[in-house]
Amino acid sequence: MQLDFQHIQAAHCENGVTTNLLKHSGIHQITELLAFGIGAGIFYIHIPFLKISGGPAISFRTMPGQIFTRTCSALGVKIERKTFSSKEKAQQFLDDCLAKGQPAGCQVGVYHLTYFPKEFRFHFNAHNLVVYGKENDTYLVSDPVMETVTTISAHDLERVRFAKGALAPNGQIYFPKTSEPVSEERIKKGIIKGIKHASWFMTETPVPILGVAGIRFTAGRIKTWRESLGARRGGLYLAQLVRMGEEIGTGGAGFRFVYAAFLQQAHTFVKKDELLEISKQFTAIGDLWRASSVQASGIYKGRMTEQQDFNVMGDMLLNIADKEKAAFKALYKIKW
Amino acid sequence: MKQSEIPQDPSPLDKFTKEVCYAVDEKGDYTTALSRGWQVKADALGITWEEAQARTANAREKVKNGEASPILFFMELNMMDLPIVAAYTGFWQWTVKRHLKPDVFKNLSEKKLQKYAEVFDVSVEEIKNFAAQ
Repeated sequence: MQLDFQHIQAAHCENGVTTNLLKHSGIHQITELLAFGIGAGIFYIHIPFLKISGGPAISFRTMPGQIFTRTCSALGVKIERKTFSSKEKAQQFLDDCLAKGQPAGCQVGVYHLTYFPKEFRFHFNAHNLVVYGKENDTYLVSDPVMETVTTISAHDLERVRFAKGALAPNGQIYFPKTSEPVSEERIKKGIIKGIKHASWFMTETPVPILGVAGIRFTAGRIKTWRESLGARRGGLYLAQLVRMGEEIGTGGAGFRFVYAAFLQQAHTFVKKDELLEISKQFTAIGDLWRASSVQASGIYKGRMTEQQDFNVMGDMLLNIADKEKAAFKALYKIKW
Repeated sequence: MKQSEIPQDPSPLDKFTKEVCYAVDEKGDYTTALSRGWQVKADALGITWEEAQARTANAREKVKNGEASPILFFMELNMMDLPIVAAYTGFWQWTVKRHLKPDVFKNLSEKKLQKYAEVFDVSVEEIKNFAAQ
């Protein structure tokens, strides 16, 4: 059985799943950029004391599930979301969905995801994909970061849906329940809401590890890494920062380019010229993130190992934090 | 990033897929393009991968010298840490930590070994025989 489902490749998995599912339910205006912007996906957090695969816990995106939830709620789409404790029930529910003609979004861990190259298979549980059909014991999968659709065996799908560890998916499954057309006005409102949320979060939250303050926090930490961890482990930590910001599914530079592109697209709905101006700022910020990744690579490749090099890296992040603060503040202050 | 600047370096993704990048064209409008990969990213991935290999080799050495049980080796081989092994097996973290001691490992019941075997995708025999080597 195979549902009529259109696979569109996206930069980020949850954006892609959200876009493809909403498109399937008849909301033709939705794009990856709108999903990311309305869902306020842009983010920064550095959680001290918590280690992920032996490195710092840094994220450039919101908690898994948030982009889908926020986008749907802003567009007035009701959603179904379920987690399971029983593997059999989880599979039964998925099969029922498919039988009813409903493709389903699933949160999965990537470690057992057989179609990924081995270098990408870490214990990371916040990946998303759409299951849109089943043939014998094989599920048909639309993974938004892949160019084409792919397949996975029932056994492997069960494994990835019940991956364990941080952010364990517990078989989480989700899809839009209703399919009513969405007006331009509604999208406009969603965009404004998304921008307000993101800019508020990045600049106004009084927690020193969140948003722009979080970037400053990381900058400060980086400067201590050489002394506390040594050049090699410090380099590994920086590699983790680069992986979080640049790895497959970010659209480049920790989603900053995606956000810049979103602001440009937002301008076609909401005629505020500030948006174009701020979009340019984000492009510049993205380029700064890229430059910082190049600096980091010099360190983790062992070409640069002095304290001075870590300081430069930290200062680059401080500069980025200043620029982001200005850009998000400008967004926050727009009179709609 | 300009469209012309999108890196097209060899990467581990080569045989699998290309990834979508957002970049600006000559007119300053955002567009998407596919990228093969970026050396900086490939290196970040490479060094993390090497580190995982080194940890596995180190664990193998430790098991050989009788400083740790084979559980440590399979744990590192699967790139797991204590919380992850604990989550998969259902044991407490301190229990897993105990099982890393060769003396405790020797007396582990078949049932417990079976749990580890499932998580590590090997047979109980493989875990046991690894100790003998």
